[in-house]
Amino acid sequence: MTLALDINRLCKTYKGGMEAIRDVDLQVKDGDFFALLGENGAGKSTTLGIVCSLVNKTSGSVSIFGYDITTQASLAKRQISIVPQEFNFNNFERVKDILYQQGGYYGLPPSLVKERATKYMKKLGLWDKRKEQSRTLSGGMKRRLMIARALVHEPRLLILDEPTAGVDIEIRHSMWEFLTEINKQGTTIILTTHYLEEAEQLCRNVAIIHKGSIIQNTSMRNLLHQLKGQTYIVESSHTLPNEVNGDFYKSHRIDDNFLEVHLNTDYKLNDLFKDLDSKGIDISSIDLKDNRLEKTFIELTK
Amino acid sequence: MSFSELFNSFYTIFYKEVARYLRLWKQTFVPPIITMSLYYVIFGNLIGPRIGEMDGYDYMSFIVPGLVMLSVITGSYGNVVSSFYGNKFQRSLEEILVSPTPSFIIFLGFCVSSAIRGILVGIIVILVSLFFTELKIHSLGAVVLVACLTSFMFSAMGMINAIYANSFDDITIIPNFVLTPLTYLGGIFYSIKLLPEFWQDVSLLNPMLYIVNAFRYGMLGKSDIPLLHAYSIIIIFTIVLSAACIYMLDRGIGTRS
Repeated sequence: MTLALDINRLCKTYKGGMEAIRDVDLQVKDGDFFALLGENGAGKSTTLGIVCSLVNKTSGSVSIFGYDITTQASLAKRQISIVPQEFNFNNFERVKDILYQQGGYYGLPPSLVKERATKYMKKLGLWDKRKEQSRTLSGGMKRRLMIARALVHEPRLLILDEPTAGVDIEIRHSMWEFLTEINKQGTTIILTTHYLEEAEQLCRNVAIIHKGSIIQNTSMRNLLHQLKGQTYIVESSHTLPNEVNGDFYKSHRIDDNFLEVHLNTDYKLNDLFKDLDSKGIDISSIDLKDNRLEKTFIELTK
Repeated sequence: MSFSELFNSFYTIFYKEVARYLRLWKQTFVPPIITMSLYYVIFGNLIGPRIGEMDGYDYMSFIVPGLVMLSVITGSYGNVVSSFYGNKFQRSLEEILVSPTPSFIIFLGFCVSSAIRGILVGIIVILVSLFFTELKIHSLGAVVLVACLTSFMFSAMGMINAIYANSFDDITIIPNFVLTPLTYLGGIFYSIKLLPEFWQDVSLLNPMLYIVNAFRYGMLGKSDIPLLHAYSIIIIFTIVLSAACIYMLDRGIGTRS
């Protein structure tokens, strides 16, 4: 099995003694769509910064597709690209120049750089803006530019550090589609995000970093299975009784027609429907109250 | 990286930098023309005739090489320090740091482009001097060699300043409080032979003196100090500063956390 990313016992202590990460072990398979989750300051950006050579590690090892980032830095760097959290392109450069320069830094010949830059500007809807200075772009366009720039050298591993922060729903969904497409084409993707529904929808595997250490590293399915229960909002077309409770669920009445029901994980929705039906309550709609991953995440990191 | 890949990386940084300062010509090339014209008018035309000859040359001819060097130094140093720090400040330097571009290519890309800006400014200042005095070239080889080495050396020095800088204040401290005083005391406006012996010895500790005199030799054929000393000092400084720059970039000093 090829590993896109192999991190072993990675530690980083900043000047002044602040220990950002401690003995981090993380393996990401080739072709995976992987979520790295954690609260602000948990150590995500430090870990990814080390992987991308923007932060010096204190100890431990990192390999990208088998290339060690210290001893085979040039080969390792060719395999990878990062879309950082903050915009880090030159605000006064034109969109197309930012992409051309990116290709140049990777040593690509100008003809190939132009071809790829054109391809990604068109794919990400930047073509009409190619001659404009990057500072004039909207927030969503700037995010697209960051992604296009990261793809010019066609990396095998793409790291996205909160790529959809601050963009509207429409752009977010179009980005999801685009990322899913390039993942299907073989690019391994590591995603960090605070929008947990994004991670739940896109990623197959997930790691949670908390206070500088990995506390969970498993498949998304396994992680969600750890959830002790699930809360639903049930709507009835008739007035609800004041109290509705069962052996395997608890509920409280929100108003005449809405009920919040907490269902134990060992039971299915069918069981709930049957029980409510036996109590003469009809159900016109049902919705999840919380995002499942969000709930698991909060339980694990509290 | 193969040779052609290294060249592509170098050319990308070089082209980006040259395009930047050519685009900003009002900020990069016009100010030295105005400043040096004022020097020529005030020191050369107005005060010069009262001073008379210096080392056997009229005062205007004497000060031209020093003023050209002053422009070359401020042009090359100022370019790299503002550009590299600007990239650091905007974090666009990260684009290069995450790429496989090796440290020596990053160094060459920034420093060669800045050295060329210094040389272009020097050429402009020489052309401006033609309005005030006759151009004298004793040794074209020496003029070109000293201008190129000096420009490159100060680009490297500017890069070290930018690497260590954490604020825009930090990139103005060295030029204002170290470079400019040393340059003025480096024999631009006078021959050190005019100084008492003690101050002549102190002046020999100023590296600018060697640069100004080596360039003056190229133009006028006169120097206060042996040329071998001047060339040795310039070459040694260039090598040491370049090596220091590459080492710092390699270790991530000032560029990585």
